[in-house]
Amino acid sequence: MAHADTHAHDDHHEHKPSGIGRWLFATNHKDIGTMYLVFALGMFFLGGAMALLIRLELFKPGMQYFDPQFYNSLVTTHALVMIFGAVMPAFVGLANWMIPMQIGAPDMALPRMNNYSFWILPFAFTLLLSSFATAGGGPAGGWTLYPPLSLQGGTSFPLTIFAIHLMGASSIMGAINVIVTIMNMRAPGMTLLKLPLFCWTWLITAYLLIAVMPVLAGAVTMLLTDHFFGTSFFNPAGGGDPVMFQHIFWFFGHPEVYILILPAFGIVSEIIPTFSRKPLFGYDAMVYATASIAFLSFIVWAHHMFTVGMPLAGQMFFMLSTMLIAVPTGVKVFNWTTTMWRGSLSFEPPMLFALAFLFLFTIGGFSGLMLAIAPADFQYQDTYFVVAHFHYVLVPGAVFAIMAGVYFWLPKWTGHMYDMALAKWHFWLSSISVNVLFFPQHFLGLAGMPRRIPDYNTQFTDWNMVSSVGGLVFGVSQLLFVWVIVKCVSSGERATDKVWSDAMPLGLEWTLPSPAPYHSFEDAPEVK
Amino acid sequence: MAHAPTTPAPGKYYVPHGSPWPFFGSVTLFILMAGAALTVEHTRGGPLLLGAGLALLFTLFFFWFGTVIRENQAGVYNLQVDRSFRMGMSWFIFSEVMFFAAFFGALFYARTLALPWLSGEGAKHLTNLLLWKGFEGGWPTNGPAALGPRGDGSFETIPALGVPLVNTMILLSSGVTITIAHHALRAGHRGVLKLFLAATFLLGFVFVYLQAGEYHHAYTELGLTLGTGIYGSTFFMLTGFHGLHVTIGAIMLTVIWLRVMRGHFTPERHFAFEGVAWYWHFVDVVWLGLYLFVYWL
Repeated sequence: MAHADTHAHDDHHEHKPSGIGRWLFATNHKDIGTMYLVFALGMFFLGGAMALLIRLELFKPGMQYFDPQFYNSLVTTHALVMIFGAVMPAFVGLANWMIPMQIGAPDMALPRMNNYSFWILPFAFTLLLSSFATAGGGPAGGWTLYPPLSLQGGTSFPLTIFAIHLMGASSIMGAINVIVTIMNMRAPGMTLLKLPLFCWTWLITAYLLIAVMPVLAGAVTMLLTDHFFGTSFFNPAGGGDPVMFQHIFWFFGHPEVYILILPAFGIVSEIIPTFSRKPLFGYDAMVYATASIAFLSFIVWAHHMFTVGMPLAGQMFFMLSTMLIAVPTGVKVFNWTTTMWRGSLSFEPPMLFALAFLFLFTIGGFSGLMLAIAPADFQYQDTYFVVAHFHYVLVPGAVFAIMAGVYFWLPKWTGHMYDMALAKWHFWLSSISVNVLFFPQHFLGLAGMPRRIPDYNTQFTDWNMVSSVGGLVFGVSQLLFVWVIVKCVSSGERATDKVWSDAMPLGLEWTLPSPAPYHSFEDAPEVK
Repeated sequence: MAHAPTTPAPGKYYVPHGSPWPFFGSVTLFILMAGAALTVEHTRGGPLLLGAGLALLFTLFFFWFGTVIRENQAGVYNLQVDRSFRMGMSWFIFSEVMFFAAFFGALFYARTLALPWLSGEGAKHLTNLLLWKGFEGGWPTNGPAALGPRGDGSFETIPALGVPLVNTMILLSSGVTITIAHHALRAGHRGVLKLFLAATFLLGFVFVYLQAGEYHHAYTELGLTLGTGIYGSTFFMLTGFHGLHVTIGAIMLTVIWLRVMRGHFTPERHFAFEGVAWYWHFVDVVWLGLYLFVYWL
């Protein structure tokens, strides 16, 4: 493998296609990665605006601004936008940028499908969000789409179903591309157990995606036919069962939860060693722990449904298998901590975000353990405790890891260092406000405040006000993130090839110039 | 796009040039899905949009695959690209397996859990007593409310030993014919290849034809429709999606046959043939599952 073969007009490696065609017809992993990341950032702000509207309504008890139907649409689309529009595309964007650079390849293995999987997304979300303009408004049955409630939607119902089909198709194509790239495009000498952990966690995530996105497609197809074509999958009158939907949905849904966090584990596993100036503690154990988590994710799904009713043996099984996940997750947290032990630590913005991830994700993990206990879950189910739990793993978990990754690799992408002071302001404002936002929700939930309701008992007022203030500060702080990125794209001190030269960045991406060339590795590097 | 493909030296990385088709395809899917949503909602213009989406979809396949076939014939794809295609196709087929798994899961769940519970089994005595008193479950069933097109709620099923058995024979034989065609391709016997590949897709279309006849029979005479409770739901969704896949597979085989007639493929390099053959074996295996669990047991 000598050097990248492109076409006659691309032979000069820095030659980029120009104009709008560069983006619409893209095959370059960096261009497509950039589109994914920009799209994800836009959706993050859109979903964030919805969250702020929710917090606005919940600032005070009583009905202030929205009718309940619209409030429920906000809750539903906030979830769909954040999961399928912000977090997942952000991870795919990072994968696009970094995987070819980390494995020593010129590009992704299937570049045209790569572009297809990106461009489907804006159209899918147009479809989903256009439902707000239809009679009956947006989808309001919750992102989990439980029947019979979800079947009562208006035109939003088929629009949501078909939008989910498109998002699923996009995810499957993205996942196939990641697997094929990692399995087939590694530089000579890059054996699987030399693969950077970001690639490893993404590889395992991609397997999860291919296994469960089609199941979601099947589940929503059954909803569609139940609504429009008279089938009885979820209708007991015909011999079906609405609980069956929940089983099929969560067979997708629980691995989906790990799809949203495994790449984050990978990013953190790249950053902590760098700024501890030590190699990662227990690399092999990290790989096996990730694989174990992925395997276990397939046999825990019914812990989302303890209160729905299932045989005692089922409750026991799903409770214990869920708790088992704490073991490989504990291995990971232990290894990250041990990597820092006696390391020479420094606290650049990516490290700050990675550390916040370590502490705050672990809080989310612990509340997850509490929820795993079936008898306790009867108490927590559908309260704000659950909301607090999954927001801890998703916001200071997944989202912080994405921000850590952006701050880690941004100089490699743009060729400029960013404004460190501003980025630290972004960090401190975010990590303080995110706790003000979500920590009180634990108290609210334990005290019995139900989720997905626009009004509440006056006893919950104080902590809701605190939470809403935290939400506003968190939301506004994210503008700093955009500002840091925009400034870094156009200006800033020149970044060296190693970027973090006084730390210990390992990995092939740091052997490339900053900014990285258009086709990452034209000559396959030698990996020893 | 319009740039002429150049032949890479062996051992070089290959990165394809930009292409308008992925973007075109995204617009197509948007039109298709919006059309489908409007159609099921009985909105005016829905079917028109849906039809336009389908037409665009076929246009997309024609031009995108056309580009890939031309590049392939020009020898642009090296062995590494070939491997990427193989892996991609395998994982695509795996995702299809999981799609069918959702519907098989629904079938198993309904038969082993939902129906016994509706009949009052285990801790569900009150469910039966208060909601569906006297319902005894069993299989096949259209549920306690006996849903279906007939006024008395009765319906009949398609016996496993009739046309479904013939269809099993047809699909199994097509698995044999495509293997013979593959061996012929590798041995360079183009005549045998053409004959047996044609036999394969003809068997596929015969299968679809017989299946369509069964559907007609079920709808007009047996009282068995999508609306015939959980039996009708699982029966038509499983066999329907399978039939759709057989149709797609047979069209793919036809395209491959046309390419063979034009002299494409060499004994060493014929990924497209193999990809379609894998797909064909996949629909074959799914049918065996269907025959066992939907028709027989």
